[in-house]
Amino acid sequence: MSYKAKFKVWRGEGGEGRLEDFTVEVNEGEVVLDIIHRLQATQAPDLAVRWNCKAGKCGSCSMEINGKPRLGCMTRMSTFAEDETITVTPMRTFPVIKDLVTDVSFNYQKAREIPSFTPPADVRPGEYRMQQVDVERSQEFRKCIECFMCNNVCHVIRDHEENKAAFAGPRYLMRIAELDMHPYDVADRKEAAQQEHGLGYCNITKCCTEVCPEHIKITDNALIPMKERVVDRRYDPLVWLGNKIFKRSK
Amino acid sequence: MEIERHEYDVVVIGAGGAGLRAAIEARQQGKRTAIVCKSLFGKAHTVMAEGGAAAAMGNVNPDDNWMVHFRDTMRGGKFLNNWRMAELHAKEAPDRVWELEAWGALFDRTKDGKISQRNFGGHEYPRLAHVGDRTGLELIRTLQQRVVALQQEDYETHGDHEAYIKVFAECTVTRLLKDGDRISGAFGYWRESGSFVLFDAPAVVLATGGIGKSYVVTSNSWEYTGDGHALALLAGAKLINMEFIQFHPTGMVWPPSVRGILVTESVRGDGGVLRNSDGERFMFNYIPEVFKDKYATTEEEGDRWYTDQANNRRPPELLPRDEVARAINAEVKAGRGSPQGGVFLDVSTRLPAEEIRRRLPSMYHQFKELADVDITAEPMQVGPTCHYIMGGVEVDADTGASAVPGLFAAGEVSGGMHGSNRLGGNSLSDLLVFGRRAGAGAAAYVDGLAARPKLPQDQVDAAREEALAPLGRDGENPYEVHHELQRTMNDLVGIIRKAEEVSEALEVVEKLKERVRLVGAGGSRIYNPGWHLAIDLRNMVLVSECVARAALMREESRGGHTRDDFPGMNPEWRRKLLVCSASDGSSVQVEERLQPRMRDDLITLFDRDELKKYLTDEEMAEFDGIAKS
Amino acid sequence: MTQTTPDAPVRRQRAQVKVRTLRTDRWWVVPLLTFLALSAFLIYGFWAIFDDSIFVDPYIAPFSSPCLAEATCPEGARLFGWAPIGDWYTLPGGLLILGLPGGFRFTCYYYRKSYYRSFWLSPPACAVQEPHGKYTGESRFPLIIQNIHRYFFYAAIVVGLILAYDAVLALVHKPAGVGTWVLIANAVLINAYTLSCHSCRHITAGRLNHFSRHPLRYKAWTFVSKLNAKHQQLAWASMFSVMGADLYVRLVAKGIIAFPFA
Repeated sequence: MSYKAKFKVWRGEGGEGRLEDFTVEVNEGEVVLDIIHRLQATQAPDLAVRWNCKAGKCGSCSMEINGKPRLGCMTRMSTFAEDETITVTPMRTFPVIKDLVTDVSFNYQKAREIPSFTPPADVRPGEYRMQQVDVERSQEFRKCIECFMCNNVCHVIRDHEENKAAFAGPRYLMRIAELDMHPYDVADRKEAAQQEHGLGYCNITKCCTEVCPEHIKITDNALIPMKERVVDRRYDPLVWLGNKIFKRSK
Repeated sequence: MEIERHEYDVVVIGAGGAGLRAAIEARQQGKRTAIVCKSLFGKAHTVMAEGGAAAAMGNVNPDDNWMVHFRDTMRGGKFLNNWRMAELHAKEAPDRVWELEAWGALFDRTKDGKISQRNFGGHEYPRLAHVGDRTGLELIRTLQQRVVALQQEDYETHGDHEAYIKVFAECTVTRLLKDGDRISGAFGYWRESGSFVLFDAPAVVLATGGIGKSYVVTSNSWEYTGDGHALALLAGAKLINMEFIQFHPTGMVWPPSVRGILVTESVRGDGGVLRNSDGERFMFNYIPEVFKDKYATTEEEGDRWYTDQANNRRPPELLPRDEVARAINAEVKAGRGSPQGGVFLDVSTRLPAEEIRRRLPSMYHQFKELADVDITAEPMQVGPTCHYIMGGVEVDADTGASAVPGLFAAGEVSGGMHGSNRLGGNSLSDLLVFGRRAGAGAAAYVDGLAARPKLPQDQVDAAREEALAPLGRDGENPYEVHHELQRTMNDLVGIIRKAEEVSEALEVVEKLKERVRLVGAGGSRIYNPGWHLAIDLRNMVLVSECVARAALMREESRGGHTRDDFPGMNPEWRRKLLVCSASDGSSVQVEERLQPRMRDDLITLFDRDELKKYLTDEEMAEFDGIAKS
Repeated sequence: MTQTTPDAPVRRQRAQVKVRTLRTDRWWVVPLLTFLALSAFLIYGFWAIFDDSIFVDPYIAPFSSPCLAEATCPEGARLFGWAPIGDWYTLPGGLLILGLPGGFRFTCYYYRKSYYRSFWLSPPACAVQEPHGKYTGESRFPLIIQNIHRYFFYAAIVVGLILAYDAVLALVHKPAGVGTWVLIANAVLINAYTLSCHSCRHITAGRLNHFSRHPLRYKAWTFVSKLNAKHQQLAWASMFSVMGADLYVRLVAKGIIAFPFA
């Protein structure tokens, strides 16, 4: 049932580091995070890894396993061959603090730049009435566990550090879509999505969707619909004209 | 080395539901507030809560109201609850839930557009506001986003996001500091860098959650090392009800690496049934006397309840958690368990696959991805897992204030609200109601202070030395000590307890205390998990001792405390609370204290027949007197 | 209030992994296949424009439909017997109309993904570094023009209807012909692809925030959303079907395929 697996794990404080080799026991039913923990308990007590719920619900143990962004707790060892060397590295888009732990403050900073939910001033708590069909789209986006793997994998910032200032990343563009589709949100988010949060940088190559552990259809359900909403506002003279006429006739 | 120092009005330790709600309240009352948490912002254990937040809004069944909720809560806690807390909780929960909606939460809806409510064990009516089976995530995200909204407001007025509320993420508090008998601040370290940090603050709100990491099989994350419990004890506050630990009846039992992870109660609420290896729905054999008239006695009636709740009694799968956990435990012990040592929880034969995926999406994924089990096609294997501690810091119900001036507590770390057993869904509403009250309590306390208490340098030095000690030592591996503590608590102070076993556990704990003083951690101070664990061990051992000592003393079985040698409930014990303190900072004393009498208008909400099952003759005579007048 | 942040531990930089990717699977297979398939389509399309065997009664090659130029359209090939472009125009007829379906596909959200990945390698696959020093995506000229997609969608609806009309004509005149059924299959796929478009999804009801107030549009949105989930598959299926149908008609027109029920 159990076997010895070969691991290469990134070790180092800050960005300077190296892949260190380990041979470690693996038992049936284990996930990569279990193996990292076994390394901690037996071979490298100071091996740093961020984790929390161990059930794919908190989004803490984001790492790159054989080059792919994954949650350590949701990557079963049985998906690898026993003789395969498994390489574990920290998320590439963010600065390394130590070993597998990265500084993800970029994400919190971006979260702060997006104006919060803005309900109409005259609706009091308890008076909200929303139909299920009207909240379902935003609910999908609220499944997000903020593992930040979409922001990590997105080439706009992964391969271009200089874009970080102008681009909020899939996570927060999706947050804008979530609020824009909220039945009670009255803020206008379309201009800002394009102008301030870099929606235009997205070239819909869908890596965010591919890595999402919650299987949120980030690109199809959030980013593209948001792009279309921006088109309504900025690039579609017919819609603009229609709105003018419609508003006047009302 | 100079220690970085921050001045705040209120420091909240813990960024789960209770902590965030407390911080929001303190900030809304104009206090400069710090939130200190061990994980990243938004990762707290609250995300694991699945079922929902219990609030008697009456959206699904208009007969529901706070009095029914209050009764359910007291009944669930076997009348040991702090009744004032249960009252406040039942009355205020709806407002707290509605408030979340105004902050952007999106609950599932009823047909007429209100917040939908679902059934849950121990609740008479559908009462849990929910979002699929990820309500905890919704709650934490909403509060997190509310904090961000307040920061944006502050940025507008002060030009600094963090002028009035700041999150210190991945930062652990190791000591509370006092000026005389008053709280004056807190000492901690950044996990990231290992450097120390000092908070100069007259009020501290503890919201650190539970103690599950003292057990091997637990649904709790690594953060649940009883920090708040221990910090309070060490600061001179008292803990109550520490013997009451809720073992959630349905945790995963396989694969080993996820053993203990929760299978939400909604599985049963939505039609899932428990079977033993003979295929029998065994819960019908375990309906206790006090619940006989509230639960179905035949499978037919139980099944009808899912569609017609008005005319049928609910199936016994929805008994309070302690009953179900004990029943599963008994079945497994009797040799009728599943191959991996649990029982079968089956929803696959009860609902169409599509419906299961829609109603229980995270459960579907959890089993698919962690255990390679398709719950729409085969039953799950489940068993009890350490889930929640009812006990905690003894607080004033209205303000969350502990016995130490300036120290407040809310959420799981506080004690009393849930009595001897918590109802599912009452935790999320507890966080909101008492989080807010503790935040307000702390703010009011700060307003009432004539002068800010001072930070005593000697305490800072001592705290610094204590934290650094494991790094300098060439001692035992902390992981081994931790593991032994977990095994001891699991095996000897678990679901079913005996005097000899608990005494044995106390001896082990005593030895572990010594070993904890000698553990060593290699490596540097930068993000060093071995060192962090070495520091957390002090808390786990201290809290485990409280649990064991109180468990040994309470000679009856009630809620989350089952004594094999005292199997029945004893009305005399109902009136008594066990209070833990640690005056010398390392050994725990437990004392009995009488529970205050329930207010007349509250006790008369119950039927005489029901009270009879819980109260002493003397108390019943008193009740009759009240009822007559 | 005095606030200091903890000293930054060592250097604040990313993990200095020297390789382009640590992926161990064959990530390059999909972009390579995409590149080959799209290239084949482009080459075929280029050839088809200059090929003049566009019609054999009752089939018209989809790449040349609608046929609008008097000079190049055989009598039966004209849409409603009408050729609005006079005989002054002597270039291939396909040039007049191919821009519309071509533009629709070029600006399609799915095709954008596929050619950004396979042609421009931006990125070639997830977590594989792209070879460009700078990137601004669709935030500025020229790629900002991609936002025109919905206009191409309106045009593609018309083209789709015409192809359907062509197929119906073929069905009326030669119900047992293989070509008829090739054209019908193609018309179905083309229209399904067109309807599954993200812009279409947006126009039906995606732009609304209250589905419940527009039950019919919500129904349409639900239907389009279902198709939209298959947009990628439909994009490929319809691309091969239009290429296949076009080639088939041309081969029949050239007499290369000449069995009785062709």
